[in-house]
Amino acid sequence: MQEAMIRRAKELLADGTVNRVLGWQRGEFVYDVTPAVFASPDELDASFVYNDFCGANLSKYLVAESRKEGKVLAFLKPCDTYSLNQLTAEHRVVRENIYAIGLPCEGKADVEALKAAGAAGITGIADGGDTFTVHTLYGDQTVAKADALAERCANCKSKQCVTYDELLGENGAVQNSHRFDMVEQLENMTADERYAFWQGELSRCIRCNACRNACPACTCEKCVFDNPQSGIANTAPADSFEEKLFHIIRAFHVAGRCTDCGECSRVCPQHIPLHLLNRKFIKDINELYGPYQAGADVAARGPLTDFTFEDCEPSVVHERGVN
Amino acid sequence: MKSLLLKDMDRLLAALAENRTLYVPTDGAGGAEYRLYQPGTPLSEALNTNRSAKDFFFPQTENMMRFQMRGKEIRIEEPTRPDEDFVVFGVRACDARSFELLDKVFLSEPVDSYYQNRRAHGVIVTRCCGRPEETCFCTAFGIDPTAPGGDVSTWQDDQRLYLAANTPAGQALLNGVAHLLTDAPETAADDAKAKTRAALANLPIQNLPLDGFGEENLLAIFNDPRWAELSRACLGCGTCTFVCPTCQCYDIKDFDTGHGIQRFRCWDSCMYSEFTRCAHGNPRVSQVERFRQRFMHKLVYFPANNQGDFSCVGCGRCLQKCPVSLNIVKVIKALGGEKA
Repeated sequence: MQEAMIRRAKELLADGTVNRVLGWQRGEFVYDVTPAVFASPDELDASFVYNDFCGANLSKYLVAESRKEGKVLAFLKPCDTYSLNQLTAEHRVVRENIYAIGLPCEGKADVEALKAAGAAGITGIADGGDTFTVHTLYGDQTVAKADALAERCANCKSKQCVTYDELLGENGAVQNSHRFDMVEQLENMTADERYAFWQGELSRCIRCNACRNACPACTCEKCVFDNPQSGIANTAPADSFEEKLFHIIRAFHVAGRCTDCGECSRVCPQHIPLHLLNRKFIKDINELYGPYQAGADVAARGPLTDFTFEDCEPSVVHERGVN
Repeated sequence: MKSLLLKDMDRLLAALAENRTLYVPTDGAGGAEYRLYQPGTPLSEALNTNRSAKDFFFPQTENMMRFQMRGKEIRIEEPTRPDEDFVVFGVRACDARSFELLDKVFLSEPVDSYYQNRRAHGVIVTRCCGRPEETCFCTAFGIDPTAPGGDVSTWQDDQRLYLAANTPAGQALLNGVAHLLTDAPETAADDAKAKTRAALANLPIQNLPLDGFGEENLLAIFNDPRWAELSRACLGCGTCTFVCPTCQCYDIKDFDTGHGIQRFRCWDSCMYSEFTRCAHGNPRVSQVERFRQRFMHKLVYFPANNQGDFSCVGCGRCLQKCPVSLNIVKVIKALGGEKA
């Protein structure tokens, strides 16, 4: 796949369709890849990489990149295309300045999962089809790819690219995922149990803002939490309630717009399952307004920003009960 | 040197916890973290905790004082000084070295009494790294993980834990648990050290070019056009700064409690748009400048002010935690000059 991507990128640079390429750059280790912009065939040859660890969603970079001179080629995985559609619908990107190539995706690996499986001192990772052979300073180890998948990929919602200018390979389909199973488990808890669960998870928050800064739905020019005039700006939690406030406000703010790309949980240095907050909103929206997937259709009106006479009444929360 | 059978580890920890508060690294839902020891708390075998051990001396938030309003009267209340003696067990050589670097900042005039107070009450027990990881590069900064610092150093093989005191506070700590320890020859831990040394020899990123970061190159590095490229993917989050054992910048803030003010300080991050904001705004207007500040501080400004000591201990947390895999190693390799 990497060779095909580089070949196509060079063609599009050569014929002037685009003047630069947004992709991933090789780092110190196999899993150590950084989003990067390549402006020439030489740069592509030198460090362009595409492998099982290119999990970062590049769509958010297009907010800035699509406002620059000329057209940018962006390689997008299926879930990244949902983000691009959503950003297009919100007028946060200039879609005509983007040449999107959709990639097929069988899920991306999480190096933390390899480490959790006992791989310490990773010096190389060989792709063995269904398995990874992990070379480490302390011997080789074989890990099934299924066991190394990121959570969002193990519960993949769709392998379908929903916006693209061309596809590299076959387009996939929407998946029957189990992504709401954990949300259901939380719903079935008592309020006290659920509070204890979130207390435990969110108490690890260090307010690094990685979730917010990686989130393709968080594109405010100036976040309220960075605005000293807002009265709630902070670089650290003032008390144990504040970090919960931050995450809950953020989840509300992206409700109806979150495509469930899972970047928030991928980037969290403290492994807080933040995606569960967003999935709760998605599940509720599906149940209250009918199935809706943000980013699936660029022309769709989101249920929370639309009005129909069939909309549920606010009293539904009261009627459903809240445990 | 003293020794202890590994099966008695919990007895040792329980004895240490008898007279003082004891913190140990243990595996939590989000990875290894320091927690208050409770009988039976299993020690994490992870190389490093998610957050560094600097939290014990320089916590993320710390109350400094409180102003209480009673009508027109304002009363100032100072918080009680934490004076509880505590022990941190299992600190790695990199984090132990970070305390020496933080000391240079907080214990030089004007002395930071909050930090000084915590330092005076804390005893550090270090642990030799058994299996260094690919992200480790402490040796690039002259740190020897087989001789970890702290008040007491420990090593272990398959059977035993070996302990040696480095300071009077460490000796006093060992004296307090002497009934559990047996004497061991000074060479007892040599095999454990040799094993770790053998692993160190194969680490991929320990040979880093650091010669180019001298003060004489300050302006050249500052004005290097490659900062733009190096920082391009930076999300501007604070992950690197908050997991870093040597990042020491903080902000002092007033929190409106509704009937007064709680003045607290909290970690700040040069990655943030509000960092060092003054009347005219933030002097670093783009992420390129904020990113540059972080590495200029660690690699150029700090050594220029501290006899050449870099403000990095090579723990590798930023390599593991940056959402987009930017880190100090990439900066050093790009700007550090020829390989040593």
